[in-house]
Amino acid sequence: MGDSLSANGAGLSAEELRRNFAEVKPGMRPKEAIEESNRCLYCYDAPCIKACPTGINVPSFIKKISTGNMLGSARAIMDANPVGASCSRVCPTEELCEGACVLNHSSKPIRIGDLQRYATDWAIGSGKTLFQAGPGNGRSAAVVGGGPAGLSAARELARFGFSVTVFEAKEQAGGLNTYGIVSFRLPQSISLWEVEQIRKLGVDIRTGIKVGEDVTVQELLEQFDVIVLAIGMSKVPMLGIEGEQLDGVYDAIDFVEATKTELTEEMAGKRVAVIGAGNTAVDAATCSVRLGAANVKMVYRRSREEMTAYDFEFEFAKQDGVEFEWLSMPVRIIGDGEGKVTGLECVRMRLEPAEDGGRRRPVPVEGSGYTLEVDAVIKAIGQTRYLPLIEQLGIEHKRGIVTVDPVTFQTSNPRIYAAGDVVFGDGQGEAMVVSAAQQGKLAAYSIHQTLVERRERHG
Amino acid sequence: MADLRIRLAGISSPNPFWLASAPPTNTGYQVQRAFEAGWGGAVWKTLGDPIINTSSRFAAVHFNGQRVAGFNNIELITDRPLEVNLEEIYETKKRFPGHALVVSLMVEPKREKWHEIVKKVEAVGVDGLELNFGCPHGMAERGMGSASGQQPDLVEMQTMWAKEAAKTPVIVKLTPNITDITATAKAAARGGADAISLINTINSLAGVDLDTWNTVPHVGGKGAHGGYCGPAVKPIALNMVAECARNPEVGIPISGIGGISNWRDATEFLLMGSTCVQVCTAAMHHGFSIVEDMIDGLTNYLDEKGLASVNELIGRSVGRYSDWGDLDLNYAVVARIDRDNCIVCNKCHIACEDTSHQCIERHTDDSGAAYLLVREEDCVGCNLCSIVCPVEGAISMIEVPSSDPPLSWNQRQAAITAINPDNGGDDSGEKEAV
Ligand SMILES: Cc1cc2nc3c(=O)[nH]c(=O)nc-3n(C[C@H](O)[C@H](O)[C@H](O)COP(=O)(O)OP(=O)(O)OC[C@H]3O[C@@H](n4cnc5c(N)ncnc54)[C@H](O)[C@@H]3O)c2cc1C
Ligand SMILES: Cc1cc2nc3c(=O)[nH]c(=O)nc-3n(C[C@H](O)[C@H](O)[C@H](O)COP(=O)(O)O)c2cc1C
Ligand code: SF4
Ligand code: SF4
Ligand code: SF4
Repeated sequence: MGDSLSANGAGLSAEELRRNFAEVKPGMRPKEAIEESNRCLYCYDAPCIKACPTGINVPSFIKKISTGNMLGSARAIMDANPVGASCSRVCPTEELCEGACVLNHSSKPIRIGDLQRYATDWAIGSGKTLFQAGPGNGRSAAVVGGGPAGLSAARELARFGFSVTVFEAKEQAGGLNTYGIVSFRLPQSISLWEVEQIRKLGVDIRTGIKVGEDVTVQELLEQFDVIVLAIGMSKVPMLGIEGEQLDGVYDAIDFVEATKTELTEEMAGKRVAVIGAGNTAVDAATCSVRLGAANVKMVYRRSREEMTAYDFEFEFAKQDGVEFEWLSMPVRIIGDGEGKVTGLECVRMRLEPAEDGGRRRPVPVEGSGYTLEVDAVIKAIGQTRYLPLIEQLGIEHKRGIVTVDPVTFQTSNPRIYAAGDVVFGDGQGEAMVVSAAQQGKLAAYSIHQTLVERRERHG
Repeated sequence: MADLRIRLAGISSPNPFWLASAPPTNTGYQVQRAFEAGWGGAVWKTLGDPIINTSSRFAAVHFNGQRVAGFNNIELITDRPLEVNLEEIYETKKRFPGHALVVSLMVEPKREKWHEIVKKVEAVGVDGLELNFGCPHGMAERGMGSASGQQPDLVEMQTMWAKEAAKTPVIVKLTPNITDITATAKAAARGGADAISLINTINSLAGVDLDTWNTVPHVGGKGAHGGYCGPAVKPIALNMVAECARNPEVGIPISGIGGISNWRDATEFLLMGSTCVQVCTAAMHHGFSIVEDMIDGLTNYLDEKGLASVNELIGRSVGRYSDWGDLDLNYAVVARIDRDNCIVCNKCHIACEDTSHQCIERHTDDSGAAYLLVREEDCVGCNLCSIVCPVEGAISMIEVPSSDPPLSWNQRQAAITAINPDNGGDDSGEKEAV
């Protein structure tokens, strides 16, 4: 991208903004896709299948591309992964399927993610509906939260013949795929296509309804046989330092979300500090650059080694011209007389070996305080939990991380299941779109097993 | 969803995809695994004696980094006793009554030998028999396989002998190692065959090792010709199928075999008159699961074409296959290059310049960018440039409207003869090689 992203302090035109937020990576061209698909060995018991959390039959969908069976290819992908089009763009493939490809040892791994995008892009372009709902089984399910986990559970339940209602607080379903992952990696239209595919199965997706406020937990428990809780995580936590209320301090999730609906000149020409070094922090930083910020620094109290963002995210941020303040901890946000951010006071850190042999601990270097002159501070230090709703549901949790059976995804209330980011943490699961989708599927399978199959067996 | 069920000479199958008589159908374990994977039918590995194992037996031709463009073998028929095979055939048919189970046979060209084997095999319950007149090595030395399959009278007589005893449909499998495939196909039909299947393998030598000077494969330093199959033989097989399909004197159903690797290949054989197809090499290369995309791909294709059953597809291209003498000599196409898709590799230029008609010109536009232009008046429409062009959509062959009405060689000769009966018209019925 480099110099095509103008960061000269001047505001960007609407056209420049649009271009900056258009999908960065072009799709594969037909010749590329044919060559690459024919390179796949069609391994037996292929490791790439096992490395995909949703177990997509990778050799099968790739073979179908090579034989020109595009519909079959898209179905093979979306069958295993109801958000397979989004995943083709946001999955850390080098740590998953592509990392496991046997060709890593003798050549170059197959570009599985790109081929997956090629097939799902075809499906989007075709306007086809890929699946059908199963014949009604007389049971009903409420899915709370319309993100990857909720949509995935809803689709599988609909295919089992459940009557499914999704409650989604936002205006559109799709969760972070629709509102959280930056447009230049994942255009909103992709996520909305996936939502539409699920709606076409007869799933009632009620948007703009917040469970716990617009409809009570009690009502859901009365009206539905089973509930799937898939509300994800909430806002970024407070830093707990002075100046957090100043004008110019942003929550990274809100900040990125705003760019998914409207591109403004708010950041144009500004100096921005992003606090944190996860994927969300990288997304907030690259978004700032693309909105025309004059300078963007990521401030992290540990070093590059401990950074939790994926390698490809880090590389992407570097390419966008993001700078890094490693081993630096913010201690105060400084404002001017009008309450506007003017600086971020930090101290230098050093890493000490942890006593228990775990992750190295950052400790402040005495007298190392310094100030970064900035106009905006974006907080990206993780996400909090929807504690009030979880408490209302009366299910077991650890600091808002809902406790589930690792196989069935059942919570302490047998009629409530939970999947996705809401169960992530404390060694439970991983915060990825693809794992959220898989958990939604698994929750649906165990619901089907418990409510339908077991009953049938017992007459 | 389109209906894939077919019937070949009275043998019904849930889909047109069968495994050919070869290593994949050697045992009950294998055939049952294949049926579980989705294959609609199988032709059991040829029964007969004696049991001989050749080691090594296979070789392949790899082409530019793609493995198994062609496959070569010097193995013989079944390597297991008849009784064991019969027992497993019985078990397999019992477990899969809805699938097509055909058994391939090869015996000495003697009437009582054929009667004996046909009765024995039919007694265990099979859907049909396939007579292997095709194996090009090993058996031929003893007057079996392609040795008998190359002589129309032997094909006819042995088919008759098998038919005398058979209660189930008899398919005759033809060898391609013959100049005119319809000669033996017609013989099979005269002998009473209910269907023909083709092709068996083509005489071949896979290669020579540049270090040892041994043949590939070799058996203790000596080699012999083998049988060639796999993707490389598909065009040869497709032509032979088409020639049989359009010949009224053959007139019996066809099971197409040879280089079929996916649903697209299979569909071509169906269009050219095969009621079902048989596959060997592709299964040996990738395993039985390849049938999943064959079924899925064909189903989606039929749905896309708005056809309710695969039967509506069978033979649809046969009428378009004719003799060179019937082609319209006034039909013309020329090459046209689309600059938007062209990557300026100049391959079309040099192909035309060095080996065709020197009509692709290289130019530079005002901005200094190179581009290519076909001088259409000199283009003979040979297709060569579009064949060597590496990108989709860069070269199209465009039909140029002709001011003359369609006229074929045969029509032309007939017209000349009508004007001047003493001159021309002598070879008008002959096939022309091009
Ligand atoms: C900026 C950012 C970048 C990311 N990048 C990647 C990436 O590149 N690759 C990757 O794999 N993962 C990435 N992730 C993580 C990934 O987005 C999540 O793991 C995934 O979206 C979790 O899915 P979910 O369905 O559990 O939750 P969510 O996607 O958060 O969906 C939860 C839904 O529930 C709704 N909801 C919440 N409360 C209520 C309520 N009371 N009533 C009704 N609805 C409610 C929310 O509005 C939301 O739509 C990223 C996350 C962020 C924040
Ligand atoms: C190793 C090998 C063994 C074969 N054995 C037999 C056989 O016993 N009987 C027979 O009729 N054909 C035999 N064939 C021929 C196949 O059935 C088939 O006609 C041929 O391989 C072409 O199909 P393909 O291109 O799909 O492989 C054999 C082929 C191979 C490769
Ligand atoms: S491991 Fe690699 S080569 Fe093998 S099937 Fe998977 S993508 Fe293809
Ligand atoms: S495939 Fe390999 S291991 Fe198996 S029989 Fe042949 S040579 Fe032996
Ligand atoms: S071969 Fe194709 S791509 Fe190459 S110069 Fe000719 S038209 Fe262009």
